[in-house]
Amino acid sequence: MENMKEVILEYVIEEYCDEENDDVTFETPLISGGIVDSFSMVSLKRFLENKYKISIPDADASPENFDTVTKIEVLVKRFQ
Amino acid sequence: MAYTDKIKEIYQNQLKGIQDAGLFKQERYIHSSQDAEIEVEFPAGSAPKRVINVCANNYLGLSSHPDVIKAAHEGLDTRGYGMSSVRFICGTQDIHRELEKKVSEFLGTEDTILFPSCMDANAGVFEAILTSEDVMISDRLVHASIIDGMRLCAAQHDTFKHSDMAHLEKKLQLHADKRLKVVINDGVYSMDGDTAKLDEMVALCEKYDAILFVDESHSSGFIGKTGRGTHEKCGVVGKIDIITTTFGKALGGASGGCVSGRKEIVEMCRQKARPYLFSNTIAPVVVSGVLEVLNILSKSTERRDKLEANTKFWREGLTKAGFVLKDGDTPIVPVMLFNAKLAQDVSRDLFDLGIYAIGFFFPVVPQGAARIRTQISAGHEIHHLEKALDAFIKVGKKYDILGKTKQEIIEKYGS
Ligand SMILES: Cc1ncc(COP(=O)(O)O)c(C=O)c1O
Repeated sequence: MENMKEVILEYVIEEYCDEENDDVTFETPLISGGIVDSFSMVSLKRFLENKYKISIPDADASPENFDTVTKIEVLVKRFQ
Repeated sequence: MAYTDKIKEIYQNQLKGIQDAGLFKQERYIHSSQDAEIEVEFPAGSAPKRVINVCANNYLGLSSHPDVIKAAHEGLDTRGYGMSSVRFICGTQDIHRELEKKVSEFLGTEDTILFPSCMDANAGVFEAILTSEDVMISDRLVHASIIDGMRLCAAQHDTFKHSDMAHLEKKLQLHADKRLKVVINDGVYSMDGDTAKLDEMVALCEKYDAILFVDESHSSGFIGKTGRGTHEKCGVVGKIDIITTTFGKALGGASGGCVSGRKEIVEMCRQKARPYLFSNTIAPVVVSGVLEVLNILSKSTERRDKLEANTKFWREGLTKAGFVLKDGDTPIVPVMLFNAKLAQDVSRDLFDLGIYAIGFFFPVVPQGAARIRTQISAGHEIHHLEKALDAFIKVGKKYDILGKTKQEIIEKYGS
């Protein structure tokens, strides 16, 4: 099975980064670090829901839960 | 007393936090009218100093133009000072509708509705025309007022990388199931001075049946051959569904804004946009001034042509001197310094030399992208720009950044 963290990280880099800021790791703060703004989070949520066939309630799609790839993995596993 | 010490302390602590982070904004008092040269009291309490202004949005130099002032006086005399009412009760004069028609003619649109400001236009338009069945797809660098407008709207929201058309197309495909899709961007981006690829965006919106929205606040009056805006420059006049713009920058610089575009969309704003319904519109004196601005610009392209020549002189001068600029051809010319403290130091030294130009740094621009944003005006004469250029070169030499690359400047000062 694919490593979930790797998959999420790859999507984050592809979707949110350019040459200037592509040194993102599992622990890089995405939202509080200004890489992903709260609006752009929507596409990440949609990606996770489609990819892992889950539904993340809006209340759980908080900036805190989405702040690092590691936290996102925890969130996804909670709804699998 | 309800405003307790505890409440006070909460605010005092927040303000201190802003100060400690070096983000505390301070006003500088100008003792003259807005012009190429202004008198600035800085620091507060000191005697006003006459300086050349290279940071106003006064692109066409119309903020204090004698014909505009005269027209405003006449408006004041014939239509009075205030309306004391919102538009749909008893706050609409003949000149408000006349201005709406003139703006439509100028921008090449079907209809126009005035708003108290472009901030209000952007705050009101999305909520008025979209529902939760729809999606807004915005460029990641759109202006703060658009972001606020999108926040007030129930439609879903997604973003695309700045000016990345392939990414935009992916998003249009991703949201194919929505009732309405609106693609949202600025015509000219105010921090970098780059121009949206409106021709490509029109093609994508036609391919995927999407509505196209453009904020033309930093373009109306001077971008394009006759100054109609980015849509003129990109050859897509008549193809933009929603244009918002301001009268607070090139078009006289006082205040006011509008939504201009498809008839039905403008009518929806008239029925439902809250800043239109619940706030007084532009005062008669300002309406009269803007009418004269449009009259001046419709008669001759002299001012935008002069602005173009001035911009060319300024960009070439700075480039030849060895500064790192953001690429582009608009009158917004960012001089890149990368380091926030360096930007502040350069700004202060320029002021000492009689040049007023402000440093921008995080969070207004990304971390490591600090700059002095210069803005050129048709109100500048070449001697103003020569003097400003001399000052920039002096300061550039002092900090030893002339001819240095981005990497070299960052190595020296940090990012
Ligand atoms: C792109 C953009 N849109 C809207 C506005 C707001 O304009 P106004 O002053 O009319 O509210 C500004 C002004 O800063 C702007 O730069």
